[in-house]
Amino acid sequence: MTQRVELTRKDRPYTPPYVTQSAVGTSPPNPPATGETVTFTLDGQERTAAKGTLIITAADEAGVYIPRFCYHPRMKPVGMCRMCLVEVTGPRGATLMPACYNPVADGMVISTTSEMTKKAQDGVLEFLLVNHPLDCPVCDKGGECPLQDQTLAYGPGESRFVEEKRHWDKPIPLSTLVYLDRERCIQCGRCVRFADEVAGDPLIDFAERGDTTEVATFPTEPYADYFSGNVVQICPVGALTAKPYRFRARPWDLEQVESTCTSCSVGCRVAAQASSDELTRYIGVDADPVNWGWLCDKGRFDFQAVNSPERLRAPMIRQGDELVEVSWPEALAAAADGLAAAARIGDGDQVAVIGGSRLPNEDAYAWAKLARLALRTDHVDAQLGDGLPAETVLGLPKATIDQAAAAPVVITLCGDIKEELPVLYLRLRDAAQKGQAIIELSPSNTGMTRYSAASLRYRPGQAAALVRSVLAGEVPEVSALLDAAAGKAAGGPAVVVVLGRPSLAETGESVAEAARALAGLEGVAFLSGLRRSNVHGALDMGLAPGVLPGRVGLDQGREWYSQHWGGELPAAKGLDTAGILEAATHGRIGGLVLLGADPLTDFPDGGAALRGIAQARFVVAVDTFLTDSVRKADVVLPAATYAERRGTFTNLEGRVSRLGQIVTSPGSAWPDWMIAVELAARMGHDFGWSSLEDIWAEIEAVSPLHAGVSYDLLSSREGRDGVPVPLGAGGALRIARRLDPMADPGIQSTEAHLISPTEFFGAGAGRLSAFSDAPAEAATGPGGDEAEPASAANAPTPETPAESASESGPDTAPPAESPDGPRPAMLAAPAAGPATASSSAPADTGELLLVSGRTLWDGGTALAHSPSLAGLHPAPTARIHPDDVARLELTAGAAVRVSTARGSLDLPVTVDPSLAPGTVAVTFNLPGASAASLIDSRSECTAVTLSVVPARSVDSVGGSGE
Amino acid sequence: MARLTPANEERARQLIALYPHHRSALIPILHILQGQDGYLSEDGMHHVGELLGLTAAEVRGTATFYDMFHVEPVGKYVVAVCTNIACMLQGAYELLEAAEDQLGIAPGGTTPDGMFTLEDAECLALCGNAPCATVNWRFFGDLDPERFAQLTEDLRAGRLDAEVPPHGVLSRVDRNVGLRAAGQSVHGAGGPPVPARSGQNSASPEPLAVEPDADGGQPAGPHDAGVELRTTLSTTAVIAHEGGRGLDRTGTRTTAAPDGRNPQGSADSQGSTDSQGQE
Repeated sequence: MTQRVELTRKDRPYTPPYVTQSAVGTSPPNPPATGETVTFTLDGQERTAAKGTLIITAADEAGVYIPRFCYHPRMKPVGMCRMCLVEVTGPRGATLMPACYNPVADGMVISTTSEMTKKAQDGVLEFLLVNHPLDCPVCDKGGECPLQDQTLAYGPGESRFVEEKRHWDKPIPLSTLVYLDRERCIQCGRCVRFADEVAGDPLIDFAERGDTTEVATFPTEPYADYFSGNVVQICPVGALTAKPYRFRARPWDLEQVESTCTSCSVGCRVAAQASSDELTRYIGVDADPVNWGWLCDKGRFDFQAVNSPERLRAPMIRQGDELVEVSWPEALAAAADGLAAAARIGDGDQVAVIGGSRLPNEDAYAWAKLARLALRTDHVDAQLGDGLPAETVLGLPKATIDQAAAAPVVITLCGDIKEELPVLYLRLRDAAQKGQAIIELSPSNTGMTRYSAASLRYRPGQAAALVRSVLAGEVPEVSALLDAAAGKAAGGPAVVVVLGRPSLAETGESVAEAARALAGLEGVAFLSGLRRSNVHGALDMGLAPGVLPGRVGLDQGREWYSQHWGGELPAAKGLDTAGILEAATHGRIGGLVLLGADPLTDFPDGGAALRGIAQARFVVAVDTFLTDSVRKADVVLPAATYAERRGTFTNLEGRVSRLGQIVTSPGSAWPDWMIAVELAARMGHDFGWSSLEDIWAEIEAVSPLHAGVSYDLLSSREGRDGVPVPLGAGGALRIARRLDPMADPGIQSTEAHLISPTEFFGAGAGRLSAFSDAPAEAATGPGGDEAEPASAANAPTPETPAESASESGPDTAPPAESPDGPRPAMLAAPAAGPATASSSAPADTGELLLVSGRTLWDGGTALAHSPSLAGLHPAPTARIHPDDVARLELTAGAAVRVSTARGSLDLPVTVDPSLAPGTVAVTFNLPGASAASLIDSRSECTAVTLSVVPARSVDSVGGSGE
Repeated sequence: MARLTPANEERARQLIALYPHHRSALIPILHILQGQDGYLSEDGMHHVGELLGLTAAEVRGTATFYDMFHVEPVGKYVVAVCTNIACMLQGAYELLEAAEDQLGIAPGGTTPDGMFTLEDAECLALCGNAPCATVNWRFFGDLDPERFAQLTEDLRAGRLDAEVPPHGVLSRVDRNVGLRAAGQSVHGAGGPPVPARSGQNSASPEPLAVEPDADGGQPAGPHDAGVELRTTLSTTAVIAHEGGRGLDRTGTRTTAAPDGRNPQGSADSQGSTDSQGQE
């Protein structure tokens, strides 16, 4: 028998900070599903684990931390760094095995503390440090560095290496965002593996060999990937650093709060970190149902816009041609007077509200209520003409991201997911790699095309026709996939449709028609692909025409909400953004509120936006920057933005999660809900709210969608990753787990924030005294184990809100008049269209049609004000099918004039065989040349003509629209 | 310097067809590229990546792992002087120093006329003829400063063109991927069709009849891939240059140059360490 000495480790008093109970108690993302278990001994204790479980995972589950560098639970193990060597006694005696590479087996005796293991750890660390510069005092990673921490905890303490260490030029940029200090690298391969396995763009790889091994890009191809920031986060040493954070702060000086990224609608969980009241970085938090710890570079780095010196700091009022700063009371009075005057006049001259996706849920609710009660209008629309009809988004059966990833077949009928919803792309790409069949319906190639089992093209406006022909079995490959799907569905939906706007140059209605046809598929569910920030929260809170908070139709909910809000609601369904702008053009909008909206840039039809805003008689803008649209406002109210205020966010699944505050707003910017409350008060409506808690209590009490979703639940361990609404949608809530303790350094300290929602949500200290440190007890969600999800939503029980209200104590009691009778029914799925090929398939008239999708790096406000990201946008081009290039005798690279009824752009020609013939693709909202100057939002699709631009003016390629 | 020529691209496609995973053909194709340009150009590596579905970074990562691949331009002749222990004891350091002086470059450098790149190398496996060097991977043993001067002069004058092709030409053996029938690749659907062989000296019998491959994914084994050898030289022949000992083209050991100009120097007087001593 091998002699094993169990150390007491007196000599190692230090424990890495992430070795806490939060780091363990986890299971790997894809535990072996055989149902078999094995029994083994770990540090003297007999344990069982599922067959196939890696030793390191089994140890994590048992609360035993094995040091590691290369192992990352979201990637395949490689056993490269040897840090996780443990002594394993098996049939062949005692030997050292990498715990990350070997599964536990029956009878295995594992020691993580034996003399042999300790010696191995000493040796590995001594080796890893041979060429490491030990420049921790000047290294950005110092203080949160796994190499530093584990050397202290498991290392030999001194090195026998006295020779010269290797030297490199430093730092070298791998891209404009990521810098590499090669001498710190320990060649664990986490970055290289991430780029290949997770992101699918292996633009970095190991080069050279031996002690000259380095992570390198190809000389002419920087690591310009949408996910490059993740390699900085998972680097276990200081080799990879992000330019926006380099030398900006020390980890121990950072304060942080757990929050949700709001750059798109995926809702990735993040830790927002700040130093000296300035945001310094975002760290991805491993939320199992959402982002798995990953972030896109836009989400990770566009926090710089929050710090921008160009933020609006004070209210302004138009005086002649100028906007001049005034006090809040002055500005609010002017806004309220102007809007009230417009609202009083009545039908012929109304108020309209455009935007709201920037707002957290509470603020969206406040504005929805303000619009209906005080502004007396249903002309509210958060989607800015680039979404889909609200009834379609809200009414179709919903799927979660997990359900989409688990479905045998996913149909994408949306914009380019890689460009618009990057982390959803990672999740679906992962699913596709594991065998899911993706069927792509789109007007051109997307980032998803290479992972799609089938990619079908359609001409603008023909989505429904394509869907009908697919459903009629005219595409045998797709039919085979769909037929096979039903048998493979394991409990969840067999087919998940990701539904968004593939192109802004066709109407949302045409896509909605296709969606209604797809709704006829058996076992189908829909995951919204609308991209803009909290647009789903805005829709759920009623910032859409004809929709009241909680996905309730205006007519169905009129009685309920007039009773609970204490006022009369608009009589008829209002206009959407296109309609509002059209009405404004004809002088019928007396007051226009731009709620964080910049229609001049973001509305697909730039000409219509320009005319509408110019003709609206009184414009109030609530925004964070002086955008083109804001410049035209009569009253400008500066708003606080993310990380400056608390609140909740609703992602594309309908998952409600918390937003944290870590910095203060610049100047005197206010949260949007306060602005709504103040305006309401000046227009004679007392909403009775003095805190977010007050608003949420009302939402919880009146919205059928949010029954039972309390702040307490969102602060519990079960609700930490967000709670899909209605409660129970997407299955039972799980305790949030941290798979990779090293991937989100320092996050354990947010656990401290988590422990007390009182602290987290700020107000009413002591109010939640019942809350204890014990997480299970904290999961107060009305009725701790939500067993019947759907019923809770459809037939909300009156006692549910009442119960949580009584927990909250008297201070924040919901509206005294507690709900009488059942809440109104939520919007149901629209009738499925005929699943047969329709005769209405429009004829191909042979004219060229415009396609316009979005790109991640565009001219958006947040990007324009983030110095690290502002220059990353691609050059605008006109992508044209080779047949059309040949037919029209165009030359690749030469300038072509793309003209529509609305305007024209001179753009260089790019030949793109992935387009449907007869289409021309121009990316939306690129600086200098936006397709907004071309698109006609009133027609089904936009016809274009192409003409060769005289060579003389080629060098002045750019926008020449209206 | 650029992408693979159409003929070389065709050879690359044939190689790709040999393997169940495209990227398995990476190193053989890199040899074709290096044979074409003398080194691996950036455009060339891009092209190889396109053929294999790899990024250029991955191609370069693999290429730089191997010392025999050069990603920077090199001379027509890459001269590697061994400095490992057997050669060192036989005067390799002095040889290397002389080579540096004669060529006017340090190891790693290339002469201004683009003829020579000098490298110092670890063991080249010709210890019996130490000190040794390779020129474009062809062996030259029993070198000393004078013989090295003679060698470079001969190379410059083109007198060794038959033995030493320009850098990058791995061998003059063309291996044609075998067909089992005209127009049918070894993978069925897996690879491009390859033209039927026309070689007269075919080493394999008549093309085999096609047996449809149900899976279409099985790699061709050596038994069903026709190999055609068209060469007069093998890369491993040790060239006895101007009186040095070594192997002649037929693999027979030689002790002296045909012209009898057996130098007085080191080799004979002290060199009874190997075959000579046994004779």
